[in-house]
Amino acid sequence: MSGPEPILSIKDLKLHFPVRGRGFGATRWLKAVDGVSFDVFPSETLGIVGESGSGKSTVGRAVLQLLKPTAGRVVWLGENIAGFSRAKMKPYRRQMQIVFQDPLASLNPRMTAGDIIAEPLDTFEPNLSAGDRKKRVQEIMDKVGLLPQMINRYPHEFSGGQNQRIGIARAMILKPKLIVADEPVSSLDVSIRAQIINLLADLQAEMGVALIFISHDLAVVRHVSHRVLVLYLGKVMELAESSVLLSKPRHPYTQALLSAAPVPDPEIERGKKRILLEGDLPSPLNPPSGCVFRTRCPIAQAICAKEVPALEPRGGASDHVVACHFPS
Amino acid sequence: MTPILSVKDMSVRFSTPEGPVSAVSGVSFDVAKGECVGIVGESGSGKSQTFMSVMGLLATNGKATGSAKFKGEELVGMKIDKLNKIRGSKMTMIFQDPMTSLTPHLKISRQLTEVLVLHKGMSERDARAKALQMLERVKIPDAKRRLDEYPHEFSGGMRQRVMIAMALICEPELLIADEPSTALDVTVQAQILELMQELRAQGDMSIVMITHDLGVVAGLCNRVMVMYAGEFCETGHVDQIFHDPQHPYTRGLVGSIPRLDRPGEERLTAIRGQPPNLQHLPKGCTFQERCDFVFDRCIAERPKLTGFAEGRGKACHLKGFDAKHEVIR
Ligand SMILES: Nc1ncnc2c1ncn2[C@@H]1O[C@H](COP(=O)(O)OP(=O)(O)O)[C@@H](O)[C@H]1O
Ligand code: SF4
Ligand code: SF4
Ligand SMILES: [Mg+2]
Repeated sequence: MSGPEPILSIKDLKLHFPVRGRGFGATRWLKAVDGVSFDVFPSETLGIVGESGSGKSTVGRAVLQLLKPTAGRVVWLGENIAGFSRAKMKPYRRQMQIVFQDPLASLNPRMTAGDIIAEPLDTFEPNLSAGDRKKRVQEIMDKVGLLPQMINRYPHEFSGGQNQRIGIARAMILKPKLIVADEPVSSLDVSIRAQIINLLADLQAEMGVALIFISHDLAVVRHVSHRVLVLYLGKVMELAESSVLLSKPRHPYTQALLSAAPVPDPEIERGKKRILLEGDLPSPLNPPSGCVFRTRCPIAQAICAKEVPALEPRGGASDHVVACHFPS
Repeated sequence: MTPILSVKDMSVRFSTPEGPVSAVSGVSFDVAKGECVGIVGESGSGKSQTFMSVMGLLATNGKATGSAKFKGEELVGMKIDKLNKIRGSKMTMIFQDPMTSLTPHLKISRQLTEVLVLHKGMSERDARAKALQMLERVKIPDAKRRLDEYPHEFSGGMRQRVMIAMALICEPELLIADEPSTALDVTVQAQILELMQELRAQGDMSIVMITHDLGVVAGLCNRVMVMYAGEFCETGHVDQIFHDPQHPYTRGLVGSIPRLDRPGEERLTAIRGQPPNLQHLPKGCTFQERCDFVFDRCIAERPKLTGFAEGRGKACHLKGFDAKHEVIR
């Protein structure tokens, strides 16, 4: 199948951070992201799911060059932007935006909702008349479900869900091609979370923006995403179409994640045989050799400690890749 | 049989610089011996404060009124020494953050044995043996060695287990667990839930599981009480709450969750708006501004939690919903 060209191509991305040891210890490297590759196609939602230390937020920030990659390529519409400075990134920021987890903390408390939402406009369309600027802001406020008459209120006067709408409005106002949403609903309550998930789905359908949706919650990621990428300790474990990942997970970690998530159905939960992983997540400072999942993998063999499994289709569909020596 | 815990008309108010906050408004419920009750609701609905007041652990600006009886004995207003005896051993509580129960500079062994030596008059040696047994019961690998470590030497999930061990060491009759797995990674959360399930299966200890996550109570609890704006809006058997919710809020909540078990389903039935301000609760139903079925009576009169079928109750003026999800007025 020769589909559309990806708008974003991440190739062997690495972000290693120096960590000073105690005392005389030499500097160690925290490999937050260690050889991650994926594509994002126009108008699709790519979900990235992972537990703490998996590197999911680091990947998200590296896409926008908010963090500089140690190695690898970030190809945006055919051009490698990895390592671009803030100034050099400016024209690209028009096309890619980010929404953060904590809505209140990511908004300037001294600016009104209107000014926050208009920020990208002020940067990229500085010659807009005051009237047009206000009109554009009110249009997008209406789209994200904020009453346009709230334009002069401050973030603390809004609820968490409303502040997240402000963040989304700011990200959407220039009609970017890509939005990175980093745990955009994780700090919200269940009923509000559903509002924001529906909003993102609606906006995407209407405006055709591509979305990288990052979360620790597999159910949420599965719900919003066309394809899902599973990260563990800085490496991709599996990448597949959302429904396929759910029905035919091939990586033992994906299988464990799926079985770990409690489902709101008493019959299913009572009858469920959980795949319980042993122990906690290893520290990214000291990842296991070979397959990074091997210390918790129920089916690990000797080879898993020696050889890093490549991310490949392994005999399955070409768009379903898995990094495991013994995929099911 | 006397319930383990019987709460009647309990209210909690906090005084704040902005005026009084009604965190809990006149709740009544029982917890029977051996039962596992789930308390679900969104943040700020009053789940924690209901049980903090039962435990006598409210912040200093808070005041509880009403009655809470542990095996028939009134806890509200009880002398602190007596209360300490009950809440340290017969009724214990665990929290989202284990460090609220653990002392950072004391070895785990000391923290576990202290209560046995003090409350139960055990010898150091016996207490230590019991502590080891508890760490093994909550599945801490290499428990013997770990007994003499400090809390910071444990990972988040292991610390949570230590806190659970501490809560269980005096073999309480009631364990109140306030979001014990919420801050943990999914795969570690699964381990803690499995542990809770085992504890439940092992004995006749009663468990109250407080959580915002409906998935957590589904497999663990036999009864569920849904909280909204400081009141219980619906109570019932776990299967009924999930498969036949009768309060509009419960229905909205169940429909708001993205499901791994229902791949085809696309749109979530979000509840519009947001919870009311606890400083200015409306006269009528606290859910009225978000409810699709609101009518005159809802605005005039606050519905009370009323039984409508065996073991079930709801606080809503509607008759209910039929099997086709049509509203019955
Ligand atoms: N010390 C306090 N002072 C003022 N308000 C408080 C205090 N503690 C709790 N509250 C308020 O009580 C309400 C209920 O809180 P809580 O029981 O913690 O809810 P939940 O556990 O359901 O999230 C919230 O609005 C909370 O802000
Ligand atoms: S490569 Fe080995 S250790 Fe890694 S997931 Fe596959 S079987 Fe498990
Ligand atoms: S009492 Fe009225 S407003 Fe409240 S939940 Fe029932 S129908 Fe809705
Ligand atoms: Mg709470």
